[in-house]
Amino acid sequence: MDQPSAEDPAARAAVETRGLTKRYRGGQLAVDSLDLTVPRGSVFGFLGPNGSGKTTTIRMLMGLIEPTAGRARLLGAPMPRAARSVLPRVGALIEGPALYPFLTGRDNLVRFDAADPTADPGTRAARVSAALERVGLTAAARKKARAYSLGMKQRLGLAAALLQPRELLVLDEPTNGLDPQGMREIRTLVRELADDGTTVFLSSHLLDEIEQVCTHAAVMTQGRLIVQGTVAELAAGSRGRLSITTPDPAEAVRVLKEHGVTDIVALEERVTGELPASGGSAPPLDLADLNAALVRAGVRVRAFGTERASLEDAFVALTGEGFDVAG
Amino acid sequence: MSRVEAGGEARMSKAGGGSAGAPARRPGPLWTLALFRSELGTTFRRWRTIALLGVLAAIPVLVGIAVKIETSDGGSFGQGRGGDGEGPAFFAQITNNGIFLVFASLAATLPVFLPMAIGVIAGDAVAGEAGSGTLRYLLVAPAGRTRLLLAKFTTVMAFCLVATLVVAAAGLATGALLFPLGDVTLISGTTVMAFCLVATLVVAAAGLATGALLFPLGDVTLISGTTVSFADGLLRALAVAGLVAYSLIGIATVGLFISTLTNSGIAAMAATVGLLVTVQILDTIPQLHAIQPYLFPHYWLSFADVLRDPVYWDQLAKNFGLQALYVAVFGSAAWARFTAKDITV
Ligand SMILES: Nc1ncnc2c1ncn2[C@@H]1O[C@H](COP(=O)(O)OP(=O)(O)O)[C@@H](O)[C@H]1O
Ligand SMILES: [Mg+2]
Repeated sequence: MDQPSAEDPAARAAVETRGLTKRYRGGQLAVDSLDLTVPRGSVFGFLGPNGSGKTTTIRMLMGLIEPTAGRARLLGAPMPRAARSVLPRVGALIEGPALYPFLTGRDNLVRFDAADPTADPGTRAARVSAALERVGLTAAARKKARAYSLGMKQRLGLAAALLQPRELLVLDEPTNGLDPQGMREIRTLVRELADDGTTVFLSSHLLDEIEQVCTHAAVMTQGRLIVQGTVAELAAGSRGRLSITTPDPAEAVRVLKEHGVTDIVALEERVTGELPASGGSAPPLDLADLNAALVRAGVRVRAFGTERASLEDAFVALTGEGFDVAG
Repeated sequence: MSRVEAGGEARMSKAGGGSAGAPARRPGPLWTLALFRSELGTTFRRWRTIALLGVLAAIPVLVGIAVKIETSDGGSFGQGRGGDGEGPAFFAQITNNGIFLVFASLAATLPVFLPMAIGVIAGDAVAGEAGSGTLRYLLVAPAGRTRLLLAKFTTVMAFCLVATLVVAAAGLATGALLFPLGDVTLISGTTVMAFCLVATLVVAAAGLATGALLFPLGDVTLISGTTVSFADGLLRALAVAGLVAYSLIGIATVGLFISTLTNSGIAAMAATVGLLVTVQILDTIPQLHAIQPYLFPHYWLSFADVLRDPVYWDQLAKNFGLQALYVAVFGSAAWARFTAKDITV
């Protein structure tokens, strides 16, 4: 096996696609020339409304479906050609869990582990127990999977992805069907895994989920990638929008303009604007000074602050529409 | 935000320094065997499989009881049609020798019940897992498409053998219970075998009630068989079970191929069983005699030729070749289809 050098960019990206495209037999273009780069060690949020092509992308990455065009590399190796050597190092939860209802939770894991050519049968029982423990299913391990609730099934699916130490975890909407407590546990688990050095590729249609755990994110709509980068970068686009509530909007606008605030919008008593970008030679604008200036100019200020920057703002700015519009 | 960013950088450097988080692993040499064992266990532990085998085991019992009731007035079963075809010939012999219940049961289940059970198992093998989604998790494990198909194929073949043996064992046990056992008179009239010994052995091996064995033993006339004749009997008994199982591998492979075409286990089972019935009907239409030698059930009852002295090899050989042809053609088709298939469920 070729061990790619650390300089090779392909070796550094856990997932890399170039022009990846999938057109289903019905003619549906599900993924359209996707160029995705997931850095190693990142917790990468793959964000998009239902039907935007997230699962299709993941299926291509895992070698389950053949791309119509383009190529994909997983842990530096081409897929699906290198599936035998790469996939044992990748754990996956794809479009929800799938279990044998007539087997117990434990036997389900034994079955999936037996399908892994690199899994040592000698340590199988111990690894299965550890995976069950990790997702909190030890008590239900001897129950038939048909008696599992949706949340328990989701946990068992996660356990299957954690049977071995993995370099990359691909989790397709892992919190679907979980209660808030379960969601919180999954987030904690993802953070733990990331701290161990595992790259986590997490798809979701829930913005706040991505915002809470991810270091990086990419946004899909209708099969196209609109943006990718660190979560901080993505949110920066709409960061620091100033918002003032005042009965003297006209005067407020004048003062704000003087201090270099741009894109000012005055709507009745509410004035919002873009703070000047910091950096360059000018010292960053201090909000306290700005507030003092407003008061000095006789503007009566009821509320003053910056709106919380969020991915949702970024998303709306990018697409010009609300997030939960299905593609 | 900046906190998250810093955390991200810390993680990245950690991963960069220690991407040895998961050392490269190599497949174990016995892994293919482990996959096959897992496949076998998953299939045979399933309640549905056990129910199918139970139904198959019940058929010889029902046939035995029916024959016993019909002949309890002293008459003989199937008068006027014995010797007509090979199947009925076995039925006529049952009252004289319980061992013929084995052959009668195999002849009765081979056209419909055995291949139907195999259609269910083979049809569901790939399509059932595709439909429930477990197939995608096996493939990303990664089981490997060729190896997984091979494991499925081997398991379906094992089921052919087990199903046949279950019918044979149930036939033996019932025959031993209800009818006298004795030397087997071959179809040509030469007596060579001490089947009762074989029967006793197989039934014992099948773990059936010893009490059942004790009863028929009183009625059995054990011939002072030479070692040769016993070996011959053992051989022919095994040969018959083997041949019946072998006759089923054609339809089993067709079922596996159909199973790779759909994501619905039920659809694949229904299609396989439907095809089975259709082909059986085609095999009886005289106008179609030109294509009949290529239909998989055409030589199914050739196993009876093993009970002739001398053995008629002609039909047996043709059956052997025909089933091998079906396995080769439909096995390749299943492989070509499965290795190129988009797993979208
Ligand atoms: N097997 C399929 N055949 C045809 N179209 C499909 C299939 N699977 C998904 N699609 C379509 O492809 C698009 C992307 O679907 P998907 O990748 O499942 O989106 P997501 O996971 O982001 O919700 C959708 O419009 C969906 O209808
Ligand atoms: Mg999806």
